Amino acid sequence: MGVELHKDLLGSIGVDVERHAKMMGMGLSGYQAGFMSQPNRPKAMAYFDWFMSEIQAERIAEINALKAQKKPAVGTFCIFVPEEIVVGAGGACFGLCGGANPPIADAETELPRNICPLIKSAYGFKLQHTCAYTQSADFIYGETTCEAKKKTWELLGKHHPVHVMNIPHMKREKDLKMWQEEIKEFKEHIEEVSDRKLSLAEMLDGVKLINAKRDAMKRLDTLRGMHPDILPISGKDALFITQMSFLDDPTRFTQKVNELCDELDERIKEKVSVFPENTPRIMILGTPIAPPNWKLHTAVEGSGACIINEEGCIGHRYFKDNVDIEGVQDEDELYARLMKRYSKIDCACFTPNEGRIEKIIQMYKERKADGVIYYTLSFCHTYNVESHLVTEALAKEGIPCLVIESDYSPEDAGQIKTRIEAFLESITFKQKAQAFANK
Amino acid sequence: MFWGVDIGSTYTKIIGIGKEKEITHHAVIPTIFNQDVIVGEYLADKEVKMLVATGYGRHMLGDSHGAPIISEIKAHAKGAYFFEPTVATVIDLGGQDSKVIKMGIDGGFIDFRMNDKCAAGTGKFLEIAANRLGLEMETFANAGFKHDKELTISSMCAVFAESEVISLIAKKESLANICYGVHESIASRLASMARKFVVKESETIVFTGGGALNPFLHHMLEQKLERKIVIPKHPQLMGAVGAALSGFEVVN
Repeated sequence: MGVELHKDLLGSIGVDVERHAKMMGMGLSGYQAGFMSQPNRPKAMAYFDWFMSEIQAERIAEINALKAQKKPAVGTFCIFVPEEIVVGAGGACFGLCGGANPPIADAETELPRNICPLIKSAYGFKLQHTCAYTQSADFIYGETTCEAKKKTWELLGKHHPVHVMNIPHMKREKDLKMWQEEIKEFKEHIEEVSDRKLSLAEMLDGVKLINAKRDAMKRLDTLRGMHPDILPISGKDALFITQMSFLDDPTRFTQKVNELCDELDERIKEKVSVFPENTPRIMILGTPIAPPNWKLHTAVEGSGACIINEEGCIGHRYFKDNVDIEGVQDEDELYARLMKRYSKIDCACFTPNEGRIEKIIQMYKERKADGVIYYTLSFCHTYNVESHLVTEALAKEGIPCLVIESDYSPEDAGQIKTRIEAFLESITFKQKAQAFANK
Repeated sequence: MFWGVDIGSTYTKIIGIGKEKEITHHAVIPTIFNQDVIVGEYLADKEVKMLVATGYGRHMLGDSHGAPIISEIKAHAKGAYFFEPTVATVIDLGGQDSKVIKMGIDGGFIDFRMNDKCAAGTGKFLEIAANRLGLEMETFANAGFKHDKELTISSMCAVFAESEVISLIAKKESLANICYGVHESIASRLASMARKFVVKESETIVFTGGGALNPFLHHMLEQKLERKIVIPKHPQLMGAVGAALSGFEVVN
């Protein structure tokens, strides 16, 4: 296995090698049981299966090889960090571990219990030294999207270099002006780490690369969910690919996603579906689903439905917008374009968060979905509170919606499954009643 | 014979219905270990034309007996509709969860709400409180009628609620008043879940599950929602009845 081969490197960056190997072993066997056993998977998933086996091994070696050439390695927890600039500098920008339950107990020695599991998990990974990405990061780039995060950075800073980007919570002119300055400062910080100036051309190259990555992901999103009869890939596999988009080398990832999409194109032509006809099509809204948090997808797809889209940050919100660099002449213009793109993110940290509800309804209609699950992590106040506005609007549209609040612990898996099964029953009941009424 | 089995967290309920949908058999067995085997033993000498499972342990029976399964929500909706065809909302209080179901046409359901993980607002909560007071469930469920003070238990969590009960005991509050407080807390929770669906004054609400066997809780719930609430003949067996009926419908 990959981890074994890179033991020395992992040890040298401060990973608790033994514990890490044990956790990775568990993660891998979970992946094998949950993903590789799915019937009729696309052949191109083989690459992503390989990546999973090297996720905390070969990929870590690649990142550390970049670091050896003074290229920046930036760890993040949020899609507000302009990865285009890091990639433009030849470095790596990656999401840090924060989707697993085991580190939470350790995190709670320093953090309060009643904050979101993602933050606690990520913090626990740092305390345990069990995430090789965290250990590889020159610094962690935090942001101010919620109370718990912004205060956690102060604690995390005692264990790892942390920089914080100030993301405004409103989108007024003065807020956007400040935001643009933050992007400029981010670039200057990357220059500091790289110990050299970054040219406009390099940054534009970074944008092109990430635009291409987002295009590939949009293509996958369309293929998995826009065809009314054919579901060429499972929601679980598609979610996994989205999760890996935060870790993999962007050039290689883009190529592999496009290869997969070519195969999915063929599947649609040949009417190859991984689910039977009339399988209910479900969209997931809400908080990010970080690996290895596969709880919801496992429950939904294990109950006879298919997930055709994730609206969240580890999903559509991440790749829906590109940076327009048409005619950019100087750096300030580029920062303005980046700000324009990043301020399109409809995160629940904004008040008001305009456009999100209309977007959801439009996505629902485009994808001919049958229902929506609003998933919120416990204590994620912004998405949790906003769920009321969203579900109210969905009810008005007659869109079936189920709200699930959960964390990373396995104890409520049974209850969640009951709710999902009942939700799916109500959808199929409505379909049947409608068919009956139409007769 | 058409059988419905509801494997709940505390009790397993078995119902047998005949050709005319008449209930011919009913049994309530504590849920312990290997419940599928126990159900198999119960059914061993009986004619089984159809067997449908529901409840927390439904998949167990699906795996061992090949029984089709339906969710508790669907089962309770069906059962309540069978006994009370005018039902618009079902409130169910089981051992480890509580739910409110909004009914559609012909015994189907449109929407539902369920408690989140944790025992607050479940039958377990009543059980813990009764144990702490050293009372049998029946005594506990009737003591509240004699309260002379409206105590409230404010904790969101059953474990902390238990501590609250302990501190009330230490304050020498009367048994009747503590019982009132415990029931009031759970009734508020159920009522706030139900208010989302209960619209018209005239709509029928049916209360099911083991919790419906508790007369004081029934009383408190009626008070909170300001209307009569119907309890069917076998409230605890409603899920099993619904399961048996859905099997009956498939065959006939």
